[in-house]
Amino acid sequence: MDLSFSAEELAFRDEARAFIAANVPADTRRKVLEGLEVSRDDTLRWQQILHRQGWGGPNWPKEFGGTGWDPVQQYIFEEESAAAGTPRLLPFGLKMVGPVIMRFGNVAQRERFLPRILSGEHWWAQGYSEPGAGSDLASLKTRAERKGDHYVVNGQKTWISLAQHANWIFCLVRTDPAVKKQAGISFLLIDMKTPGVTVRPITLLDGSQEVNEVWFEDVEVPVENLVGDENGGWTYAKFLLGHERTNIAAVGPCKRELTRLKRIASEERKDGKPLLADPGFAARVAQVEVELMALEITNLRVLAAEAERRAPGPEASLLKIKGTEIQQALSELMMHAAGPRALPLRTGALAAAYLNLRKTSIYGGSNEIQKNIIAQTILGL
Amino acid sequence: MRFTPTPEQQQLGDMVQRFLGEQYSLEVRRKILDSREGWSREIWSKLGELGLLSLQVPEEQGGMAPAVVETLLTATATGKAMLLEPWVSSAIIATVLIRELGSAQQREEMLPVMAAGDRIAVPAHLEPGARYDPKVIATVARRSGGGWTVKGQKSVVLHAPAADVLLVSARTSGAPDEPAGMSLLAVAREGPGVALSPYRTLDGICAADVELADAPGTLIGSEGTAFAGLTAAFDQGLAVRCAEAVGALQATLDATVEYTKTRQQFGVPIARFQALQHRMADMLIHVEQARSMSYLAAMRAAETPGQERRRALAAAKVVVGNACRFVGQQAVQLHGGMGVTDEIAVSHLFRRLTALEMALGDTAHHLEQFVAASAEAEGT
Repeated sequence: MDLSFSAEELAFRDEARAFIAANVPADTRRKVLEGLEVSRDDTLRWQQILHRQGWGGPNWPKEFGGTGWDPVQQYIFEEESAAAGTPRLLPFGLKMVGPVIMRFGNVAQRERFLPRILSGEHWWAQGYSEPGAGSDLASLKTRAERKGDHYVVNGQKTWISLAQHANWIFCLVRTDPAVKKQAGISFLLIDMKTPGVTVRPITLLDGSQEVNEVWFEDVEVPVENLVGDENGGWTYAKFLLGHERTNIAAVGPCKRELTRLKRIASEERKDGKPLLADPGFAARVAQVEVELMALEITNLRVLAAEAERRAPGPEASLLKIKGTEIQQALSELMMHAAGPRALPLRTGALAAAYLNLRKTSIYGGSNEIQKNIIAQTILGL
Repeated sequence: MRFTPTPEQQQLGDMVQRFLGEQYSLEVRRKILDSREGWSREIWSKLGELGLLSLQVPEEQGGMAPAVVETLLTATATGKAMLLEPWVSSAIIATVLIRELGSAQQREEMLPVMAAGDRIAVPAHLEPGARYDPKVIATVARRSGGGWTVKGQKSVVLHAPAADVLLVSARTSGAPDEPAGMSLLAVAREGPGVALSPYRTLDGICAADVELADAPGTLIGSEGTAFAGLTAAFDQGLAVRCAEAVGALQATLDATVEYTKTRQQFGVPIARFQALQHRMADMLIHVEQARSMSYLAAMRAAETPGQERRRALAAAKVVVGNACRFVGQQAVQLHGGMGVTDEIAVSHLFRRLTALEMALGDTAHHLEQFVAASAEAEGT
């Protein structure tokens, strides 16, 4: 048993750290470290920089143009990226639809879509949730009817992150309404420029427009855009959700935010001393910090199990719950650290982050759903 | 980075699990608990035969130290079994004290006999009013003739009634809250000037308050420099207590899951109710976070002392302590009326978890330690 990185892993960390430091654009870096909004162009530019280095697919196998890094290397890369203030790589292509196409797509789909995810040409959106299908995702109603060589899609998707920037969307659609709800779902890839697709932004509680409604009105989708089998979509959706959760612990960003919290709390004065020296406040920070230390090791345990080719299991649910609780706790403490100057609501302000991060315990399968998964799959209840 | 033990380590872990599973059932433990001594010499001898008392003994004295993973696996098993015998007191803390502080001759004289199970030594350190602060020692040792005598009071000395030798920390110089000037003396438990007020702790361990009235003692190692060795021994003890806690936590969660699957109300097993399912999911998260920190504590305790070790061990004890409290309390709650009876395992586990949360410094103490160590590390 050994909790430290091997010499090879440390060498890899140094290489990643040096590359990131030399290549992350200064203006983007400043935005990330100060919690300001990162633009579409910032995100794309970083994807392209990585792509030129051959690192555009940090979580992809080599045969599909990825780096072939093992889970521990991927973790190190993400941690270094977060610490250095790079924009977050878009998960929708790299971590969601990409792995689904690799596993369940045909050769033509792999050749058409995978390279364009790496180059940033395609910005994907995730079309899962609907107004009536949140936690109970399988009850989705968006209908796709086969008409000759295409499907006709009608319905409404919602909570679609960054759909305003996307040119492609992968959707779960109902292709058979007559069978058990999970058995009539298919996985469709839809070009967002197709006539009948409408994107309407939703303004969130922090004033941001991060998520959208996407409407489909008689949208014609060629059958070649069906992934895998018709009515096999639920299997692919579950496969994807497992991947989404593995990366949701966000240990790297949490460490970065903890550093920021400590900086704010040492600058802020209380009774003539730094707030961080106040025993009450220091104890609250420490309580979150020790939880984060534990989560980091828990995360590494899950990764090590994955690297040894033992299947990544429902432990991902644990990482999701704890990771989001810590993110939220840090944003709350930061707001309290800033005191009254946290009240003005403007982009990048601490209050905006606090409000915005409420989403983390709701998205990607709410934390209550994750507890159901733990209860059923790990505890066998 | 590797989280799996080697096959040899796993073999030892399995052997301990099997031994305690077969020979330390709840019924056996209850008999030991109800006996006058509160521990079993027979079990103790068997632990010696299995080599489990020599994990922290150096190779030169026939032991296995550092045996980091072996110690971790053994402690997880003894925690699950709620061992009443002085394994942590004698085979871990006292052994490390003699290993770190004793002269070559003392190590040779004491460690092999202790490893064989023929002599039990336990640390006598904490004093009334000192809470968990290891620096606050008022007991004094004076030269007397060719040797030393010790005078003072020690409180809650775990396993003192079972011990042949008390390893007493005492001042040979310095103020009562100074690390410097502390010495360690071996005092015969049945020797003159030693008076025990014995009792059981809340989890059934035999313990005593000890009054030392000019009791003759032997200086272990050199005079006035014992604090570093005491720190090393209690740090190792803390790591072992964390691992014991993980064993007890897992056993508590398992018992609760099992109970809610069998207990029927409203015509269904109560495990079907989501309020209970989510509570058990929360318990599992605590157990896994505690397990992660028990690994960290085990690794760090074997490393050189310093800010980083202190910080990691304090963090581990906080996470483990919170888990002990939450999982223990919820397990009792989910067992309903049965949970508050002496009859079933979970109430014993709850008592052990409560004691473990307080062992070698409670959660609040270690949260303060963590803050202090972090501040020093960051130079603030």
